[in-house]
Amino acid sequence: MREKMKLLIHFPRHSALEPITYNLVKDYDVKINILKALVNDNVEGFLFIEADAERENLKKAVRYLKDIGLQVEKNGTSIFVDKDKCIHCGTCIAACNVGALTMDEEHHLVVRREKCIECALCVKVCPQRIIRDVFAVKQR
Amino acid sequence: MKTYEEINDKIKKGKAVVVNAKEILSIVEDNGIKKASDMVDVVTTATFGPMCSSGAFLNFGHATPPIRMETITLNGVEACGGLAAVDTYIGATQPSIDKGDEYGGAHVICDLIDGKKVTLKASGKGTDCYPRKEVNVAVTLSDMNEAYLYNPRNAYQNYSAATNSSSKRIFTYMGTLGENFSNVTYSTSGEMSPLLNDPYLRTIGLGTRIFLCGGVGYVVGCGTQFKTKTQRDPNGVPVCGSATLAVRGDMKQMSTDFIRPAVFERYGVSMFVGIGIPIPVLDEEMMEHLSVQNKDIHTYVEDYSIRDGRNARIKKVSYEELFSGTVELNGKLVRTSPLSSVSKAFQIADRLKGWIEKGEFTLTRPVEMFDMHSSVKPLGPVKEKK
Repeated sequence: MREKMKLLIHFPRHSALEPITYNLVKDYDVKINILKALVNDNVEGFLFIEADAERENLKKAVRYLKDIGLQVEKNGTSIFVDKDKCIHCGTCIAACNVGALTMDEEHHLVVRREKCIECALCVKVCPQRIIRDVFAVKQR
Repeated sequence: MKTYEEINDKIKKGKAVVVNAKEILSIVEDNGIKKASDMVDVVTTATFGPMCSSGAFLNFGHATPPIRMETITLNGVEACGGLAAVDTYIGATQPSIDKGDEYGGAHVICDLIDGKKVTLKASGKGTDCYPRKEVNVAVTLSDMNEAYLYNPRNAYQNYSAATNSSSKRIFTYMGTLGENFSNVTYSTSGEMSPLLNDPYLRTIGLGTRIFLCGGVGYVVGCGTQFKTKTQRDPNGVPVCGSATLAVRGDMKQMSTDFIRPAVFERYGVSMFVGIGIPIPVLDEEMMEHLSVQNKDIHTYVEDYSIRDGRNARIKKVSYEELFSGTVELNGKLVRTSPLSSVSKAFQIADRLKGWIEKGEFTLTRPVEMFDMHSSVKPLGPVKEKK
């Protein structure tokens, strides 16, 4: 059975000089749709893809990426909330139209990463500037 | 009936019963008002929201030879001259000259509290007694003689919720408001909020000792735009912005766990201020007020796209509805979200509770109570340029 899934692949500084898209296609028969890609001025890379493959192959492909030292998030988003600095004010929630940001009963921010559509409006409105889109070229 | 002296006696002996404004609700529910007011001595309330009318008085000490500072910047943010030679007041919402709204007075205040070095640039014309004309020096909080937060208007007793009827998304100090009533924002800690638990300010007045941003502070007057002649529910709780407090506290005691700079998109700089106020359970009437719940507190949803003086009120809602995540507006369910951190308010109320339980913090009878017949005047007729 084929499966489709978004993968956010993070290349830490000076890592993985392998041609990974080539390897994913050739060794694991993954159809790749590149959504976004960036190498930032810290020489970290981010590759956001939609991967379509046989379920077994997809599993192996993710394992391969992790084995060569990359960080892989399944069905994630390029938007990151710095949870250590978050004060749970809720200002970002007003900007999120897809329900990826909500408050729980304890008045803590809940981030449902799989719901995010990367509109990045939350990045703009966070009063503490602690929400970051890794693909934003100009970081605050 | 209990007096301040009796309660303080218990606090000093470590025998005072202190609970936060949420915990009191189940105690009242289980025991009734009368028994609960005998059982509990102090209820701690708190709020942690963006409070624009905030700032700090600083004294830098004199250089050799000395300068009479007339224009002053701290990390590029303009502070007030006109306060003798080396005193200044920096307003939280003042944007920086070079970074604009991304860095402002609130950031300077919080950088100082964090112990960071801040660049002080000042100039003066030079006088016989103050011959120096310029300084450019790095300063830290510990270098200063006095540094105290002095906020002219904080802890609003209730505030309108916000929505937007226009066809465009707007960005306000009440956050992002989507077009065509697509969301509602509100700013309160509700049943935890200080002035909603003492609606007639029976225990809060000039001189009340409080928790301010991690340290001990004081109520130093009624806040500006203080309004006590106001529309109230039968339980006495105002249904719109009413009383406010001016507060003061030593920055050297503060922690950025309880005070944070804020930037609101296309609005500007503000500051999250953490305030905790202990309320003595003097009698049953006080306990009646302290037992207020989110369902008993109401506010109006206002249309923030109307700014020309027309009535912008749309609907009266309870905080229980607002906190639930959706509210009904024009027959549709509209999502709601906060701007004030209730989880921080709980942290503050519990920190203050701990201080009182350990006997480190006693209650103060106000030196002077505030005017209960106060109203707010607008700025009157302004000529429009054609």
